[in-house]
Amino acid sequence: METMIQIKDVTKTFVGKDNTVEALKGIDLEIHKGEIYGIIGMSGAGKSTLVRCLNFLERPTSGTVYIEGKDLAALNNSELRNMRTQIAMIFQHFNLLMQRTVIDNICFPMEITKTSKKDAEARARELLSIVGLTEKEKAYPAQLSGGQKQRVAIARALATNPKILLCDEATSALDPTTTKAILTLLKEINVKYGITIVIITHEMSVVQEICSHVAIIDEGTLAETGTVEEVFQRPRSKAAKKLVFQGERDQYEEMKGKRCIRIVFTSNSSFEPVIANMVLACNTPVNILLADTRDIGGVAHGQMILQLPEDEGIAEKMIQYLKNRKLEVEELDNYVG
Amino acid sequence: MWDNQTIMMIVEGTGVTLYMTLVSTLIAYALGLPLGIVLVVTAPGGLMPNKIIFKILDVVVNIVRSIPFLILLMLIIPFTRFIVGKSYGATATIVPLAIAAAPFVARLVESSLLEVDHGVIEAAQSMGAGNWTIIWKVLVAEARTSLIVGGTISLGTILGYSAMAGVVGGGGLGDIAIRYGYYRYQADIMIVTVVLLVALVQILQMIGTRLSRKLDRRITR
Ligand SMILES: Nc1ncnc2c1ncn2[C@@H]1O[C@H](COP(=O)(O)OP(=O)(O)OP(=O)(O)O)[C@@H](O)[C@H]1O
Ligand SMILES: [Mg+2]
Repeated sequence: METMIQIKDVTKTFVGKDNTVEALKGIDLEIHKGEIYGIIGMSGAGKSTLVRCLNFLERPTSGTVYIEGKDLAALNNSELRNMRTQIAMIFQHFNLLMQRTVIDNICFPMEITKTSKKDAEARARELLSIVGLTEKEKAYPAQLSGGQKQRVAIARALATNPKILLCDEATSALDPTTTKAILTLLKEINVKYGITIVIITHEMSVVQEICSHVAIIDEGTLAETGTVEEVFQRPRSKAAKKLVFQGERDQYEEMKGKRCIRIVFTSNSSFEPVIANMVLACNTPVNILLADTRDIGGVAHGQMILQLPEDEGIAEKMIQYLKNRKLEVEELDNYVG
Repeated sequence: MWDNQTIMMIVEGTGVTLYMTLVSTLIAYALGLPLGIVLVVTAPGGLMPNKIIFKILDVVVNIVRSIPFLILLMLIIPFTRFIVGKSYGATATIVPLAIAAAPFVARLVESSLLEVDHGVIEAAQSMGAGNWTIIWKVLVAEARTSLIVGGTISLGTILGYSAMAGVVGGGGLGDIAIRYGYYRYQADIMIVTVVLLVALVQILQMIGTRLSRKLDRRITR
């Protein structure tokens, strides 16, 4: 597959008056054409810095960023501006021009590329219908909801037919339903136009929803990269585990000291009977603390957290029972902390 | 004493005051708007940071602003004479008015432009916009409401200064107030001129506020 974005040993150090921050410490990443690539990490991990290096809003301290094989650092100002018309970006806070109507906002990038007003407006209307806001053409951003504003921002981003769409926490200011709708829209755009999308987020659910690949960034380094399926089923790094099991942490704290296990189900195991049968076989009930199935990249994937009985013997027997059925069993005690 | 002549004088004085105020404000903006833009653009973290230019302009603006108007007026009499040909009268007053107001305007413009959300500027940069486009289509266009409010404040302030110029025979309502009210103890004429000055400020303020609200798209109606 064609490489769209290549990042080679990129570092970024912010030098302040009395402190320096190493926001990125040698990042290597390759993103292919047509992928939806998630970059996820905790707050302050360096996600925004990394994505801003992709269009040189932030210049890396060292290392190279290639877009379709072109080294961004080698471009002069006007070449860089030209390149940027091909790398669109959407933001957490939408960043629309508040004094312009919706349609004029969408026309703005086309003013930069000197498209004629007539053509720009025609294109803007076409985009408005794609994002489902045709009737808001003459509205001002202040009259729109957050989700609608982000739709305008997406339409604006697509105006110049970019090859890449960068999204920095594009859904973080939106409620879950709206988030889902926006993610669906992004996916549609990806499929329809083959545009490469890079999604920055701190929410695993966003990655699950639409990404094909994911990179986990932790304190300025890449902890793990791979397909979403790989990383979700077998998170190797500590940072990855922390993110993948993010949602479970609360329940989990309460059960400290008791023996809990996590079972991972892959597409070919149906789990209801397994647990029921185990309970019958051992003649002892278990607490199901959490049962969760997700659809990751089109493959059913699930996990369960069980609290085992106090009796060590029976607990051991249960673990054996599950392992015999080729399920992945993980003791959670090891994971706490 | 309220003969035709007096009334004519006051009407004419009002016209002269408006003339001085409007022309001075216009010139003050011709100087102050670019100055304010350059201040914002060259400031640390601005579009084209430039410590030297920023520092020089910053200091110059502060110096001019801190000179009391009447003193500035006297100080630049040679310059005024050079430009207008004489150092008294309404047209001659416009020179010190504009010079005194320009740095004030620059600061107002600066603060208006700084209100523009940095994210929007960044969005424009990410689209490949050049600095020129960003200055006019993002900074100035997005700050227009605030700029109009600033313009209204400037008009009011400059109108007040123009009245002060009456002390040195600058013409207009302030001049009348001082000549009749102060030197000849004709309190009624003074009161009328003061009322007129207040009314003018009120009217300008009202027009400015209306205009800025009318043009503000952030207000949902
Ligand atoms: N312009 C800057 N000057 C100095 N330090 C900065 C600057 N931008 C970012 N940093 C620092 O770099 C580190 C990474 O910041 P970054 O914004 O990339 O994090 P993030 O992963 O996007 O976090 P969040 O999820 O909170 O947005 C942080 O420690 C931050 O304080
Ligand atoms: Mg961020």
